[in-house]
Amino acid sequence: MRNIIAVAGVVIKELYRRKDFYVLFIVTVLICLVMASVNIFNDDKIVRYLKELCLLLVLVSSLVIAISTTARQIPAERENRTLLPLLAKPLSRVQLLLGKFFGCWIACGLTLLCFYVFFGALSASREHHWPLLQYFQAGMLHWFALGIIVAMALLGSLVFAAPSSNSTICFVVVGGIMLVGRHLDKIALPLPEPVRSLTMAIYYAIPHLEFFDTRDLIIHNWPLIHWNYFGLAMLYALAYIAVFLTGASLVFRRHAVN
Amino acid sequence: MLLVALLVLAFGLAADLGPQFTAWPGSRADGDVFKILLGDSRKLFANEFFVKADAYYHSGFYPTIFDNNEAFKTAHMAEDTGAVSSSNHGEEENFMGPPRNWIDAFGRHFFPDRHTHLDQGGPGDDLSSSDEVREILPWLKLSTDLDPQNVQNYTVTAYWLRERMHKTDAAYQVLLEGLQQNPGSCEILFELGRLYAESDHDTNRALNVWSAAVRNWHPVKGSDDEVIANNFIDEKITTQLAETELDLAHPQLAIEWFEKAKLVSRTPASLQERIDKIRRETPATSAPPSAAAP
Repeated sequence: MRNIIAVAGVVIKELYRRKDFYVLFIVTVLICLVMASVNIFNDDKIVRYLKELCLLLVLVSSLVIAISTTARQIPAERENRTLLPLLAKPLSRVQLLLGKFFGCWIACGLTLLCFYVFFGALSASREHHWPLLQYFQAGMLHWFALGIIVAMALLGSLVFAAPSSNSTICFVVVGGIMLVGRHLDKIALPLPEPVRSLTMAIYYAIPHLEFFDTRDLIIHNWPLIHWNYFGLAMLYALAYIAVFLTGASLVFRRHAVN
Repeated sequence: MLLVALLVLAFGLAADLGPQFTAWPGSRADGDVFKILLGDSRKLFANEFFVKADAYYHSGFYPTIFDNNEAFKTAHMAEDTGAVSSSNHGEEENFMGPPRNWIDAFGRHFFPDRHTHLDQGGPGDDLSSSDEVREILPWLKLSTDLDPQNVQNYTVTAYWLRERMHKTDAAYQVLLEGLQQNPGSCEILFELGRLYAESDHDTNRALNVWSAAVRNWHPVKGSDDEVIANNFIDEKITTQLAETELDLAHPQLAIEWFEKAKLVSRTPASLQERIDKIRRETPATSAPPSAAAP
């Protein structure tokens, strides 16, 4: 366990030493502040368009940080020739993978915390109330979705040749799931066989990341998600994380490290 | 010397070409950033933002392109103003249908799942917060900026500004801007008349504006929907004039306006009943009731 925590700690330090997070955070803040300064019929209580814009920027920024940070972890170790010395120590491949995963996931969690604090402050400046439980649910669901994405990107970094191709494929897959994942079964119905069965198989196999996108509930002030369903979504995410990490460890076992 | 000569040449060319470019029909240097960046394609985005405003009106519960949107063909935020003909059919509460599988059933807990309108309190069903309809205004404003020729943007914006947010002056400015971009628009004149009548309680001015709207109305030839929408606004204006004249104790004028409304109405029988009732109630104008239209 100490080895995993040590590897994770290095990943977290890498995040706040690089410029990625600071650039994305400052861009998000600037765009939101500019949009907040727009005068709309002299009404300073209009806030939902601002919340939507901010949450969209948070989503995009968190995806960029999660995928780009994770995609370069193993390839960077290989390029810097630090992978072999790492594994020569009493650190197994599985421990290295888990360390990288938890490091990236916790790093994503910390960035999400910063983004959501800014979002909360922005919306409270107009709405004058803090629905903390709703924000907690949204933040946790978002974080667990990033966990699935980090695990997927980690598997991709062992399968694909370069971090750039891994990142591109991850972005395309995540974007596709979030846009049409919920509707694949409807799309499959009018298709002929065997395309229909293939589409349905994809529908059931993919991690439904759209479960974790609760922006509409936050923007339009819907009540809390029932805690039972919230818990089930957490378990759903953990299951897919386990699947991807298991796949990654199986692939990594057969990988040459030199 | 060469540098000076080049600078003089550049200055001379700019001075010579500048006025020609400004006068050129294809010039987009009129300060409208959307027109400069997007050209005519801005109208594609305008409709998307208009639909976005309706999605906000429903607090996010809105059909996607994969859902049955028969009940959302006409934006509900426009339909609820009472000045737009509706082409909505089917179930607005249940456009998603029953859950198709466990993934669909589970996923419905993570996005808006109930039909509400912001002016009726939204998801909280709190009627005291009906002014939250303000949240649709940024998208309507954006849609207006992108497509100034879409008159519904102006009428819907003005209606909600006036009706729920009690900003009559702002509504008036919106309608004036709409008339500048769309001179003689019947829909905008009708809404302006409603502003005078319902907010300013200036009946005479309202009558004048509605009369101008009727004078500006012309029948159109086009798709069925276009003809229906065009006839609908004429019917609304003429019936509104009729009702107002009736309130002012001018039953003969009211009957004349109802007769004009019958010409474009899809329910002329109900208007005939109204006319017959007015004739019965005003002995001076009594006449044998005419046969109801088939």
